[in-house]
Amino acid sequence: MVRFENVGLRYGLGPEILRDLSFVIPAHSFQFLTGPSGAGKTSLLRLLFLSLRPTRGLVNLFGHDVSLLGKEEIASLRKRIGIVLQDFRLLDHMTTYENVALPFRVLGREESTYRREVIDLLKWVGLGERMDALPPILSGGEKQRAAIARAVISRPHLLLADEPTGNVDPTLGRRLLRLFIELNKSGTAVIIATHDIALMDQYEARRFVLHQGRLHIYE
Amino acid sequence: MDLGQHGRPQVPARARNLSPIVPRASIAGRALVAVVAIMTFLASITTGTVLLVSASAAEWQSDVASEITIQVRPVAGRDLDRDSTAAADATRSQPGILEVRPFTKDESAKLLEPWLGSGLSLEELPVPRVIVARVQPGSTLDLVALRSRVTEVAPTASVDDHRAWIERMRSMTGATVFAGIGILALVIIATIISVSFATRGAMAANRPIVEVLHFVGAGDRYIANRFLRHFLRLGLEGGVIGGGIAMLAFGFSESIAGWFSGTPVGDQFAALLGTFSLRPSGYLALAAQTVLIAAITAWASRRTLFATLDDID
Repeated sequence: MVRFENVGLRYGLGPEILRDLSFVIPAHSFQFLTGPSGAGKTSLLRLLFLSLRPTRGLVNLFGHDVSLLGKEEIASLRKRIGIVLQDFRLLDHMTTYENVALPFRVLGREESTYRREVIDLLKWVGLGERMDALPPILSGGEKQRAAIARAVISRPHLLLADEPTGNVDPTLGRRLLRLFIELNKSGTAVIIATHDIALMDQYEARRFVLHQGRLHIYE
Repeated sequence: MDLGQHGRPQVPARARNLSPIVPRASIAGRALVAVVAIMTFLASITTGTVLLVSASAAEWQSDVASEITIQVRPVAGRDLDRDSTAAADATRSQPGILEVRPFTKDESAKLLEPWLGSGLSLEELPVPRVIVARVQPGSTLDLVALRSRVTEVAPTASVDDHRAWIERMRSMTGATVFAGIGILALVIIATIISVSFATRGAMAANRPIVEVLHFVGAGDRYIANRFLRHFLRLGLEGGVIGGGIAMLAFGFSESIAGWFSGTPVGDQFAALLGTFSLRPSGYLALAAQTVLIAAITAWASRRTLFATLDDID
């Protein structure tokens, strides 16, 4: 599904922050991505989401060499990827329901075809009572859950999550991890970037450890 | 994916009114509508005026071109009355001439009245005599033959078909149309620049929305279309306001001209342009222009949108 070969990344003329990354992410796989702050976890997620291009090496996503893709093709591939960012990126003028349903709207689906699905997911992540609330009045944890719900609602082939449990209590953290595991069981490859050792200890999965720009994989 | 909901009865959820992806309030609409309205108004007034001038000029030209003037100058040793009558007869016998009307002494005096005052005795002045002949519409008059026929009987006569005047009129009309097109081009360029700035401003204000749309897999075309609807609506709104006011102005111009009739200014305008009223085809041209400006607004916005989206990604 995803193949990196000798991938390097630098910003401008600065030093290379990711060096010689070579790995494969198979379909239906589950992995944690960890490492100290500034190790390049978010940059690696952005490479996987195609919002950054590598300065060297080969990135192959869903069978496509990403260096050969145009903007519309990249947009089309992104429809198969769900992403949860640390700063949530919810749209403030839309309700929680509308934010979560946004991927379906972009796909051009009628509201009646996804309404039940969105409501069920919102209830499952504990936002059933906050469906009509606007993001500015949501707490940090609620925003995070809304962002996760938006990323998983369209059942992407690949889910990228950057510190998805950073703003929630341990109980809700476990509940969200269960959501990711369920999603993985239904066929989505999952990559969770986290510092949370306790979270990683709850589930047996591959660990990608970034250190000084290099990647170490623990099966 | 099992969300643990299977045991619960599925009740249909109520339909929801979805917010627009790009909020209307986030686009500085009023200023843009005002700019487009002013530009459309200026463009419509320019086009309307050009159409009026062209129509009036065409009328003058057809009036003048259907007449020729024969002037018989008095010289010592010749009888002016006899020469005038002979010239009129010679003109009348020319094929293509519909009507010949020699001006009498009194009529000639009346023509000179504005300059020389009333109670003028033409006997004391060497005033030429004028003969006006109407040419049959659609016929080509043999001017050389007429000229030789007239000068044969009245050597001091000259025939004028107003060609030089018509040429001057034609070049004046051409210059007016050219200036009008120039003003229209400037208005359109100013509209494009204003719309481009407004679009860039709207995109900058909505950058977070664009980024989120990229995250959920929206392509540039999808995003551009969300913005484009707003700009097309704003362009149409501005166009209809500006074009509508201009049409009303032309519609009411006859009444406005009526208020000034009898005044020197009003009479001068009436002599030059007739009435200010446009023909139905003129109103159609203004309506088409309004649609064109709305389309230009949408096009300029679309162009800027794609350029800005390239920068954002």
